[in-house]
Amino acid sequence: MDWLDPVLIARWQFGITTVYHFIMVPLTLGLGPVVAVMHTMWVRTGIQRYLRLTKFWGKLYLINFIMGVATGIVQEFQFGMAWSEYSRFVGDVFGAPLAMEALLAFFIESTFLGLWIFGWNHLPKKLHAATIWAAVIASIISAYFIIVANSWMQHPVGVEMIDGRPVMNDVIAVMTNNTAIVAFAHAIMGAFAVSGGFLLGIAWYQLWQRRRDGIDTVDENGRVVVGEAPEVPGRDREDHSVWIKSLRVGGVVAVVAFAGVALTGDLQAKLMFEQQPLKMAAAEGACYNGTSFSVLALGELGSRDCDDVTNVIEIPGVLSFLAHGDFETEIKGINTLVPIYQELYGTHIPDNPLYGAHAGEAIEYVPMLEVTYWGFRLMIAFGMAAAGVAVLALWMTRKGTVPRSKLIMLTAIASIAAPFAANSAGWIFTEMGRQPFVVAPNPTGIDGVYMFTAAAVSPGVSAGELLFSVITLTLVYAALLVVELTLLVRYVRGGVASAMPELGTPDDGDPQDKDKDETDVLAFAY
Amino acid sequence: MDFLPTLWFVLIAFLWIGYLLLDGFDLGVGMHMLVSTRSEKERRLLLNTIGPVWDGNEVWLITAGAATFAAFPVWYATLFSGLYLPLVIVLLALIVRAVSIEYRGKAATERGRRVWHVLLGAGSFGAAFGIGAMLAITTTGLPIDENAIRVGGAFAWFSLESVIGGLAVVGFCFVHGATFLALKTDGDIRYRMRRIIRLSAPVALLPIVVWVLIVVADGSSLTAYGLVGVAASGAVIGWIANRAGREGWAFTGFSVLLTAGASAIFLAAYPVVLPSSIDAAYDLTIQNASSSDYTLGVMTVVAAIGIPVLLVYQGWSYWVFRKRLTAAAIPDAQPVVPAVKRP
Ligand code: HDD
Ligand code: HEM
Ligand code: HEM
Repeated sequence: MDWLDPVLIARWQFGITTVYHFIMVPLTLGLGPVVAVMHTMWVRTGIQRYLRLTKFWGKLYLINFIMGVATGIVQEFQFGMAWSEYSRFVGDVFGAPLAMEALLAFFIESTFLGLWIFGWNHLPKKLHAATIWAAVIASIISAYFIIVANSWMQHPVGVEMIDGRPVMNDVIAVMTNNTAIVAFAHAIMGAFAVSGGFLLGIAWYQLWQRRRDGIDTVDENGRVVVGEAPEVPGRDREDHSVWIKSLRVGGVVAVVAFAGVALTGDLQAKLMFEQQPLKMAAAEGACYNGTSFSVLALGELGSRDCDDVTNVIEIPGVLSFLAHGDFETEIKGINTLVPIYQELYGTHIPDNPLYGAHAGEAIEYVPMLEVTYWGFRLMIAFGMAAAGVAVLALWMTRKGTVPRSKLIMLTAIASIAAPFAANSAGWIFTEMGRQPFVVAPNPTGIDGVYMFTAAAVSPGVSAGELLFSVITLTLVYAALLVVELTLLVRYVRGGVASAMPELGTPDDGDPQDKDKDETDVLAFAY
Repeated sequence: MDFLPTLWFVLIAFLWIGYLLLDGFDLGVGMHMLVSTRSEKERRLLLNTIGPVWDGNEVWLITAGAATFAAFPVWYATLFSGLYLPLVIVLLALIVRAVSIEYRGKAATERGRRVWHVLLGAGSFGAAFGIGAMLAITTTGLPIDENAIRVGGAFAWFSLESVIGGLAVVGFCFVHGATFLALKTDGDIRYRMRRIIRLSAPVALLPIVVWVLIVVADGSSLTAYGLVGVAASGAVIGWIANRAGREGWAFTGFSVLLTAGASAIFLAAYPVVLPSSIDAAYDLTIQNASSSDYTLGVMTVVAAIGIPVLLVYQGWSYWVFRKRLTAAAIPDAQPVVPAVKRP
């Protein structure tokens, strides 16, 4: 392999930066609505517990949010910087959803979040609660637009070819691309799975600490006896209800999200069998036509040569069910599909200087089998594991608190990572399964709307420039991940008092009812 | 025929000017964090003046980029790939700046806070410089061939003009940030900023004047010269108003300088969006770099809805946080400690 191949470096860069961006994104998307609901509950009921919930989870939300913002800008500029041929080719359609996202979503998101963070003493209560809703809804709208853009690469619609470039002629078709609608639903559900696990794991840790410190105890029936520790800021009776509520909400959100993810994922799979049959065949390690779903395949998946793959465990009929909803229809395997692709899109990359070192190369239509096969399975397995933990957690805490076992607590914390991993696996599968195309051909769309990844990079940009950026970005990202985690851990350890320092001082209470000093015009956040 | 591309050229100019006016003072405040503050409370005061608005301001840049992609994909692709290295610097600087603003106050130690505000100052400087260099090159040109591909290697963009553009934006942000602080604070900082403006403006605003003159002198219309006049009087009014302690007028004056100066530059460049320094025949223009009329039409509808609404709510957020802040009103920082019983 040529390590100085600009295409390879640019792909690594895009992969690293987007997967990283998508660590922050699902937490933002999933936790935002939860915070907004808690805030609304506080405004409506005036119950202190909801204020604490809002402040604590809001704090973690913001620590994470900023990283999403910081890494998002890279995404926006990267298309032009590293993928200029791609940008030129698709610009007429692809730029539009990005610009809509910025104009109709990012502006609202950032402005109203600023109003929410600093507006505590400054806006009427209801209006203040409305600002978080505006920000949260805008972030969901932003997800929609960006997935519209991404789905157009997966399944191009709404265009005609003029002078060899796709030109948009139907914006409604682009916006209602069936790929986009199911992918959006799937990704939002995946985001809720993340926030569910996050709430659950952290609440578990807090409840466990209360038990370890002897604040909460259990009676002979195993029911919780709530206590308090006046010398620790925030560790009062109310504190217990904050965490048990968080835990319940998290558990329910996680379970519901998993059901949603499975449902939408199934719809997506059915679409993908039509739209990118080779991706799905690769996801199955399905070399030959058949109906069986593979649970475990052995052999050299990496060889991209199907003759080395042996399916060890198969369930007959399930693959057909996944793709078509019945148990008989035969699914085309890789060995059947490759000649079809070769006939439609050629066996070699055109011998054109535009393709650089890749001109005239034979096209490898089969994506990396181990990535697609395991990406698909890991996504589902991590999701199932997280949902399983959630169900178990809800059952184990039915009597109002958690067991004293440290091991179980650590498991609950560790399971926070599972839905994140499922999301990354899902994207890596989706994106790498699309290879060798950057814009995958639409089998029922018009001819010629596709592009090979090898043709998409910036022709004028050298491998050196790309290496410089991929290395610096990766190092900065790695450092920032450590910082973010450290801060999250510190605020989690501090409990509610970390987000509400007033809990440590005698006049605890509603910040908006106090007579405020005229000069105290902001809830100083920094 | 050229109506829509022209409209989008104007809109993109509008977005850039909006970005420089708004995030300009955020970047300036970031630089002042490093060089003009004397105590921890003052630094926190500075951060709180931009706290509620800086992210909304940064989105002007994102939108300028995205609108260029949607309306002029060839311009977007050529400019961004041609300026690969400066943009990497801008991105790193913006990442560092964003994270420093939010995380500085959460650092546990004095040293940690110092690291963050040094990063904040450096990030603000780097972003301003890189963006200035990039804008200068869009007006003065890049070696691009007939396929709109940059030739000449990774540093082909480097030129005297790019340095002047970089310094122009840095200098403007420095003064603009100080004016913003004089307007938004009370106490020591307010008076210190006035002095800083008085002393620094004549030097700091020099590069922006030079840049405008370089572009406009290149055989421009009378209107462009008129705008240069307006810009110059804006600068003078800003400086005098600041001396007289009229902060609102000072802010307006320097904003006029930027708006008129940048308008003169965009006007002088029109209809070329990226000149080729190899051959004028390879210039990217609003005609050969734009999207189809259909796409531009769709985007026009989106902008016609989005931009007015945006101006209303962003304006409102400035109204909500209109009061002056003082260092004295900043409460003491509260350390975050684990919520555990200690034996
Ligand atoms: C499914 C959702 C999703 C996906 C696939 C992406 N993003 Fe994202 N992005 C968001 C969901 C999101 C968000 C939840 O809306 C964020 C996270 C934090 C935030 O501020 O908004 C965000 C932030 C964010 C920002 C900063 C906005 C600001 O300053 O407020 C930019 C410029 C982008 N993104 C751009 C992109 C691009 C060009 C992507 C494609 C490669 C991308 N994002 C993938
Ligand atoms: C945020 C979630 C996303 C993740 C985690 C993700 C992941 C990836 C990965 C891993 C690659 C590398 C593929 C390879 O090397 O084979 C990639 C490539 C790419 N993705 Fe995505 N992607 C995401 C969203 C998007 C979106 C929303 C878009 C478009 C708007 C997009 C456009 C691209 C492009 C242009 C490439 C480079 C070309 C290529 O290698 O295929 N991605 N992405
Ligand atoms: C029963 C379980 C699931 C099924 C059947 C399923 C199915 C799918 C399919 C077929 C794709 C590929 C779509 C494409 O190529 O465009 C996909 C992508 C993806 N999956 Fe899943 N999935 C499941 C569970 C999960 C879970 C638990 C998560 C996360 C918590 C998740 C997150 C994602 C993400 C983020 C993507 C990429 C973005 C997208 O296309 O929406 N999935 N999934």
